[in-house]
Amino acid sequence: MLDWLCTRLAQPTATVPISRDLISLPERFRGRPSLSCDASTEASERPFSVPSAVIRTDARRLPLLDVGACLFSPEEMVDTPECRISFTRDYRMATSTRDGLVSRTGELELAQALEERTRRLFGRSLRLRSVAAGSCGGCEAELVALGNVVFDLSRFGIQFVASPRHADGIVITGAVSANMRDALERTYSAVAEPKIVIAVGACAISGGPFVGSPEVLDGVPSSIPVDLWIPGCPPHPLTLLDGMLRILGRLEGGDR
Amino acid sequence: MNTPGDPVRFTNRRSVPLASVPLFSCETFAEMIAAAVTAGDRIISLFGLPEGTDRLRLIVVLGDDESGRLQALSALVDQRHPSLSAACRQASRFEREIAEQCGAIAEGHSAAKPLRRHAPDHMPAAWRAETRDREAYPFSALAGDEVHEVAVGPVHAGVIEPGHFRFQAHGEEVLGLEIMLGYQHRGVERLLETAELNRAVLIAESIAGDSVIAHASAFCGVVEALARSHKSPRAQAIRGVALELERLANHIGDLGALSGDIAYQPAAAYFGRLRGECLSLLLLTSGNRYGRGLVRPGGIAFDVPSAMANEVGERVERLREELRPVAGLFFDSPSVQSRLEGVGVLSADACRTHGLVGPVARSCGVARDVRHDFPYGVYRFVQIPVATAWAGDVHARALVRWLEIQRSLAFVVEQVRALPRGNLRSPCGPLTPDALAVALEEGWRGETVHVAVTDESGRIRRHKVTDPSFHNWKGLELAMPGNQISDFPICNKSFNLSYAGHDL
Repeated sequence: MLDWLCTRLAQPTATVPISRDLISLPERFRGRPSLSCDASTEASERPFSVPSAVIRTDARRLPLLDVGACLFSPEEMVDTPECRISFTRDYRMATSTRDGLVSRTGELELAQALEERTRRLFGRSLRLRSVAAGSCGGCEAELVALGNVVFDLSRFGIQFVASPRHADGIVITGAVSANMRDALERTYSAVAEPKIVIAVGACAISGGPFVGSPEVLDGVPSSIPVDLWIPGCPPHPLTLLDGMLRILGRLEGGDR
Repeated sequence: MNTPGDPVRFTNRRSVPLASVPLFSCETFAEMIAAAVTAGDRIISLFGLPEGTDRLRLIVVLGDDESGRLQALSALVDQRHPSLSAACRQASRFEREIAEQCGAIAEGHSAAKPLRRHAPDHMPAAWRAETRDREAYPFSALAGDEVHEVAVGPVHAGVIEPGHFRFQAHGEEVLGLEIMLGYQHRGVERLLETAELNRAVLIAESIAGDSVIAHASAFCGVVEALARSHKSPRAQAIRGVALELERLANHIGDLGALSGDIAYQPAAAYFGRLRGECLSLLLLTSGNRYGRGLVRPGGIAFDVPSAMANEVGERVERLREELRPVAGLFFDSPSVQSRLEGVGVLSADACRTHGLVGPVARSCGVARDVRHDFPYGVYRFVQIPVATAWAGDVHARALVRWLEIQRSLAFVVEQVRALPRGNLRSPCGPLTPDALAVALEEGWRGETVHVAVTDESGRIRRHKVTDPSFHNWKGLELAMPGNQISDFPICNKSFNLSYAGHDL
C-alpha cells in the first residue's frame, strides 16, 4: 500500500490541456502538408514521382493537394524550382467533407460543428464503436492511445463502447477489405439514428498505401455517409482529438 | 531438374542465385524437410512460386538456431501433390497458405481450411481454382448435450482489429478454440511485387502498424541483399535503436494492457503513459510516433545528431528510473501474481512442434531470438542476452517482456552514447537477377521474415512475408483449452498478436 502511494505521488500530471492554441510537436513531426507552385506551369509538365496520390490535377490541369491521400512519408516531400511540397507541424487536419481535404495549397477548412440537433444530443456525451476493416493496426493503436492519461478522451464525454447498439456513431479505420465489407455495413446499420461516422486515416479515406489492391475498396464505400474525415498515417492522437472536438462544437472559432 | 545435391546454405541477409537452390521431387522434398526439422532446423519460410503456366515451385527456407545457418531447397509440383505436413507439423499452416495463394491442393492435409479467405493471387496461369464463398468456413465443433459454442467477432468489444474466435465450452471451461482470420487481408504480397520501390517500402511499413521498424528493416534487408548494398555502421546502429524503442513501446504497452484487463488501474495508467514516452522518442527521431519514414533501403532517412542522441539517452535513463517502481507495483503484487500464474499455459514441446517464435516461445524456455541466433546489423557487435522464462503461462509472458524491456533500455542508452560514424544511406542499385534473398528480423513479437525472388531482369517476382503472428496464433489456440472463457482476454493480451501481420 505504501509503495502504491509513493508511486502515485511520483506521477506527474501528464494530461495535455486542449485549447484553441496549437500544441508544439517536435521539429521533424510531419503534420499537414503544404503545396506551393509556380501557377504558370501546368501539372503535366512537372514530373512528380511521389508514391501516393497526394498530388492530383483539376480540370485546368493545375495541381491540387489531397491531404486525404497523403501518407505523410518523407518520399512525398518535393522540392523543385516550380513546386514544393513540405510538411508543417500543424496537426489540425480534420474536415467535414471529403472535398474539404483537397486544396490548392494544403490550407484546409477545418471541420464544422454538427447541426444543432445532433450536437445537442452528442455534444456532452458521445459513444463510439470502432470498426477496423483492412487496416494495419496503426490507427487503432492511436485510438487506444486517446484513452491514456495524456490525451484522456473521456474528460470530453467521448467514449468507445462495446456494441454498436450502445453507440451514437462508428469510427472506421482501414481501406475496407473485401472480407470486412459485410461486417462493416452490418455494424453501421446496427447503430440507432441519428448517428455519425468518422473515417480515420489515409486508408479509410482513400485506400492509403493499399490503394488499387483488388482485396480492398479503397476506403469507406459511398453507401456509408461520413461526417468527419481525419487524415494521417496514422493520425496523431491530437489530430483525432481536434477533429472530434470540432464536430461537437467544443473548439469553435479556431484561427483559420 | 532433379539435380541431386545438397541444399544451398547461406546466412541472414544474404542472397543466393536461384539456380543454386536445388530441385527435388515432391516426395524427396518432404522427406528432406522432415529430416532437417527432426535434426533441429525450423521452417523459416515455405511458399509457392509459379513456374511456366502449369507448375508450381515450392521453396522452403530452413534455419538452424544453433549455428545461424539458413538453407533452401525446392520442388516442382503439380496442382495436386502429396501433403508435406503429415511428416512435419510445422509445414501445416504454410501449406494452407500455399493452397489459398497458389490454388494448390495438398492431398492428405489434416486441416485443409482457408487461412485468409481470398481468391488465389499467385496461381500458375493454366490452373483453375474453384471459387469459394468468403464467408464459408468449416469450423470444428464438439457434440454433446452440455457442450455449447461461443462465437466472438469479427467486430470486438474493444478497439481491436477484426478476427473471429469460436469457443467450444462446457460451462465456463473452454474445450477448444478455433480462430478464423483474414478480415484484415489487403493483398500485401501482391502489392509488394508490383509497386515501385519508393511505394513498396511504405506498404512494408503498413504490414503491421505496431511493427513498422521490424517490417521495414526486413523489407530493406532483402532489397539490400539483392542490391549488394552495405549500410554504414551508423545507419545500422540507428536502426537498432529504433527497433529497440519499438520493442520498448509495445512491451510496456502490453504490461499496461494486462494491468487493465485484470482491473489494476494504477499500473495500467502509468505503463500507458510510459509507453507514450517511447513513441515520443520515435517521433523525435523519425517524425512519426511509430517510426515511419526512418528505415529506407541502403540505410536510414534521418540522422540522429549528437544533441538529439544526448536527449534520447537522458530521456531513456529517466524512463528506466520511472519504470522500475511501476513494474514493482505489478510484479510484486501477490494479487497480480495469483491472477496471472497458471493461466494459459503453453508447453515447450508445443512451441517446438509448431515452430512458435518470439516472447511466446521464450516464455516456455525455448530460447529463440533472431538477434542472437542469426545476428545481423548492429547485433553482430552488441549482444543482447536472450530473455527466457519457463512456466509458459500469462505471468511468464509478462515477465519475459519485463526482462526484455530492461535489456533494450540498456542497449539504447549504450548505443546513443557513442553512435558510430558513417553515411546515412548507401546507394541501392539494381537488384541481382534470378536470385533469392532472406532477411530475418527480431521484431518485438518475434521473428519477422521477408523473402524475395527476382526474375531475369532483376524485378521482384515473389515477395513472401511471414509475421511472427503467422506462427503464434496457433499458440493461442493451444493455450486456451482447460481455461475459463473469462480468462480469454488476459490470455489473448499476453500473446498480443497482430491480425494485420497475419492477414497481410
